[in-house]
Amino acid sequence: MIGEMLNRLGWLPLPGPVIGMVVLVFLLWWKPRTLSKPLEATSRHLLDWLGLLFVPAGVGVISNLDVLRAQWVPILVGLVGSTLVSLVATAYLMQKLPHPNPDEARDNQP
Amino acid sequence: MKLNDFPVWNDLARSPAFGITVTVSSYLAGRAIQKASGGSSLANPVLIAILLVAGFLNITGTSYQIYYESTQLLIFLLGPATVAFAIPLIKNIEHVRGRLWTILLALTAGSSLSAVVGVGLVLMCGGSRAVAFSMAPKAVTTPIAINIAQATGGIPSLSAALAITGGILVAISINWIFNLAGIRDARTYGFSAGTAGSGIGAAHALSFCELAGAFGALAVGINGLVTPLIVLALARIWPV
Repeated sequence: MIGEMLNRLGWLPLPGPVIGMVVLVFLLWWKPRTLSKPLEATSRHLLDWLGLLFVPAGVGVISNLDVLRAQWVPILVGLVGSTLVSLVATAYLMQKLPHPNPDEARDNQP
Repeated sequence: MKLNDFPVWNDLARSPAFGITVTVSSYLAGRAIQKASGGSSLANPVLIAILLVAGFLNITGTSYQIYYESTQLLIFLLGPATVAFAIPLIKNIEHVRGRLWTILLALTAGSSLSAVVGVGLVLMCGGSRAVAFSMAPKAVTTPIAINIAQATGGIPSLSAALAITGGILVAISINWIFNLAGIRDARTYGFSAGTAGSGIGAAHALSFCELAGAFGALAVGINGLVTPLIVLALARIWPV
């Protein structure tokens, strides 16, 4: 039943999945006991295999080979540049802005 | 002679079993290769699987359209999988309390920069407006990026590919960047991965630890609300 609920949330209109996630967060916040074992197991399996679900859309590059060939320089520079700028800026702000207790989650990284 | 010269191949390729078998086996191969390489982040299983599937379609002469239609089930599962990020998020919700403004500010800066720098660099290097607006929404999760690209005159399938490649790029580069900067905070790790690399970044963070995954999920969620606004504003400044 919970699994079905999870599914139905995914059906909401655009941006459906994100609305679904927000709704589920508030539901679990409001009633923590709704977080049942099956729901947790289902979500863990889905997230374990998340990478797999991106493959079909990723293969879509092959239908854009002509654009890639004609404009590969701007695409490559734009992709690498904007991704790295965004990654570094987010990390910088997360580190520099005030934290309530900055030491609690350290050394979780290899 | 190619396989698509045989009529029976095209019928076979249309069945859901085809696309899912090819995709799952390529992805398993990708995971095996990553394991064999000692967990190197360069050997990203999503990237390997995409290359294997693309190669397979090319060799057999199967069109992307046929493959795409036979993988509808996997594409549908992206929805529930995004919803499933709610679980690691709620289990770590106490880490969010008290730093809500930090999170909102870092995310807004990260996603605006991704869109503005993306559009700017594409144009500076002589790219077209369509390519620039396929680049703009790439920090958001793939299904939403496709919709934004459609609405702003980008190329939806290119946008999906860029969102995924951006995520792979984050997964490949984040350990290196964080080691270089000496950052050892799981929350910053997950949140930056989710902001810059959306679903793939968050999945990578989750494979690292649950707290990082929770912050990745948080970033993907807020980004899904922020990036559309930024890109639609950019498109208004610069109409077709």
